[in-house]
Amino acid sequence: MSKAVDVTGLTRAFGDFVAVDHVTFDVEEGEIFGFLGPNGAGKTTTIKMLTGLLAPSSGEGHVVGHDIRTESEFIKQRIGYMSQLFSLYGDLTVDENIAFFAGLYEVSGERLEQRREWVLQMSGLTAHRKRMTGELPLGWKQRLALGCAVLHEPPILFLDEPTSGVDPVSRRNFWDLIYTLADRGTTIFVSTHYMEEAEYCHRLALMNRGRLIALDRPATLRSAMAEPILELATDDGPAAAQALQGAPGIIEAAMFGRAVHVVVDDAARATHALPALLKSRGLAVHGITPVRPSLEDVFVSLVRREGGAVIS
Amino acid sequence: MALSAQRLWAIARKEAIQLRRDLRSLGMAFVVPAFMIVFFGYVISFDVKDIRIAVFDQDRTQRSRELVQAFSASGRFQVAERLERYGDIEPMLDAGAVRLALVIPPGFQRDLGTGRTATVQAAVDGADANTASIALNYAQAIVSAYSAGVLLRATPRASPVVAQARVWYNETLSSSNMIVPGLVAMIMMIISAMLTALTVAREWERGTMEQLAATPVHPTEVIIGKLLPYLAIGLIDVSVAVFIGMFVFGVPFRGNPLLLVGMATLFLFGTLGLGVFISATIKSQLLATQIAMMATYLPSLLLSGLMFDVASMPWVLRIISNAVPAKYFIVVLRGLFLKGVGFSVLWVQGVAMVIFAFVGVSLAIRAFRKEIA
Repeated sequence: MSKAVDVTGLTRAFGDFVAVDHVTFDVEEGEIFGFLGPNGAGKTTTIKMLTGLLAPSSGEGHVVGHDIRTESEFIKQRIGYMSQLFSLYGDLTVDENIAFFAGLYEVSGERLEQRREWVLQMSGLTAHRKRMTGELPLGWKQRLALGCAVLHEPPILFLDEPTSGVDPVSRRNFWDLIYTLADRGTTIFVSTHYMEEAEYCHRLALMNRGRLIALDRPATLRSAMAEPILELATDDGPAAAQALQGAPGIIEAAMFGRAVHVVVDDAARATHALPALLKSRGLAVHGITPVRPSLEDVFVSLVRREGGAVIS
Repeated sequence: MALSAQRLWAIARKEAIQLRRDLRSLGMAFVVPAFMIVFFGYVISFDVKDIRIAVFDQDRTQRSRELVQAFSASGRFQVAERLERYGDIEPMLDAGAVRLALVIPPGFQRDLGTGRTATVQAAVDGADANTASIALNYAQAIVSAYSAGVLLRATPRASPVVAQARVWYNETLSSSNMIVPGLVAMIMMIISAMLTALTVAREWERGTMEQLAATPVHPTEVIIGKLLPYLAIGLIDVSVAVFIGMFVFGVPFRGNPLLLVGMATLFLFGTLGLGVFISATIKSQLLATQIAMMATYLPSLLLSGLMFDVASMPWVLRIISNAVPAKYFIVVLRGLFLKGVGFSVLWVQGVAMVIFAFVGVSLAIRAFRKEIA
């Protein structure tokens, strides 16, 4: 299979600050490729270099076979891009925005009619096509922006944190659209800082401080996590998490929903020791269960193994 | 990469729709120029009429009354005060109650009768030098005409030499004939640079630039596409200004209207390009507007020859003035309005307009290209 994206040693510095530091990876055609990391990890900078908006300081890369340093204009014709912030024209109607981007991508005639209908249907805006885009709820705007980005049916779509600030239901709907596109063969390159969204991706690249710290399928990343995790049910979660910080055999204890996730060095020993330890602080334990690590656990663990801190 | 008419048209259409919905820009595009031309047209006037004067007639004879009558009949002066003492002149001028005081000494009629030269005195308020010198010129003219009349009555024969002056192009020497065509240029310059100053900065402020930059659109398509709706507005403004000039101020239009459209189009490409260049460089709507205002208003007002004669300025300013586009467009406008001259005379200005249009648009495209990268 040929690669939709391949990147070697890609680096971008802004003065002394290295935003993206020798990143190497590739993306298969038809894949949903996720870029996960906290704000400032270098996700947006990488996407800007891949979409021809920013020149790399060093390293090389190809998107759909074109060199990102010299052929950015060809790349722009063959990609869809949706930026972090809403970037359609708020003072144009839904129809006018579609017509504008169709013009820029040179989609016309019968194909334009078909694509327009497709976008309106896909985004559920057929009944609102004459409304000003600025008046629409954010979730609808995002769907329209996605539609405008794929008017010309690009083989690859870049989404830079497409769902930031959108409510969970709209986020779920948005991902249904992404799956629809992926099913039709579009390669999806998406960045996010929502862990739950990362689970939807075929493969995930974890980024922190400009560096790629892991790259694999979500399930593989989780199973590769070395330390076991115990979920602790207790009356006072925050107090328990506090009490366990720095205790022997405990690597990390943090709230996870209403329970406490405790990363330990030895599951059996900890299961035995924990109730007594907490009882001495006056905290009752209702149950201890070993759990599958979440991507968040994996991320934190990887960063810790590297001896660095998570920036967020 | 080849330019695409479809992409260019998409930009132009989008810009036109946005403009149509933006009341502030529409007001600036259509109301402000018309308002400015009417306002400036009335305010900037070098014609001096009804200058208030005080008369201190110490002679009180038939001849002295004739002279005073000649002043008030001229239409230039209005006798506002009659004084009884010489000492009253100064307070009058100080208070600004009159601009000029005419003093006729005793013995005026007697001197005229005996063939001696009679003297009258005019004291003028020189605080406003411009008006003062104009008032003095009028007074001199009235006095010489009166004196010629006296000579004729004494020895009835034709005057030895008569200069028959005829003013061409601006026969009534009306200052609105001189000012209004120039105003059209100045207003176009200011308005078009200010209108477009918003257009690129707005894309940056609203975050739409990133999306635009990620499409295959070429900077040339963006710039030309953005200019087209403003060009249409600019040409409408020029027509409105010409009509106001003709029908409100009675300035004649003797030239070829098509030549005006052609020259105005080139001029507008230059000023609009300049506005886009400022906008793309500054990236903030407010600052871009202010800089556009400074970069267009002052040079157009001071160095274009609109109000002040460039030829009598120090050589440094004369050289700088050659880079002020309004200077050439004013020559074109005065030529077309008043002289009715054609391309054979105005081709130098035409070349200047082509250069200006090219420079303005190229600057805009260059500034835009840098940012996409």
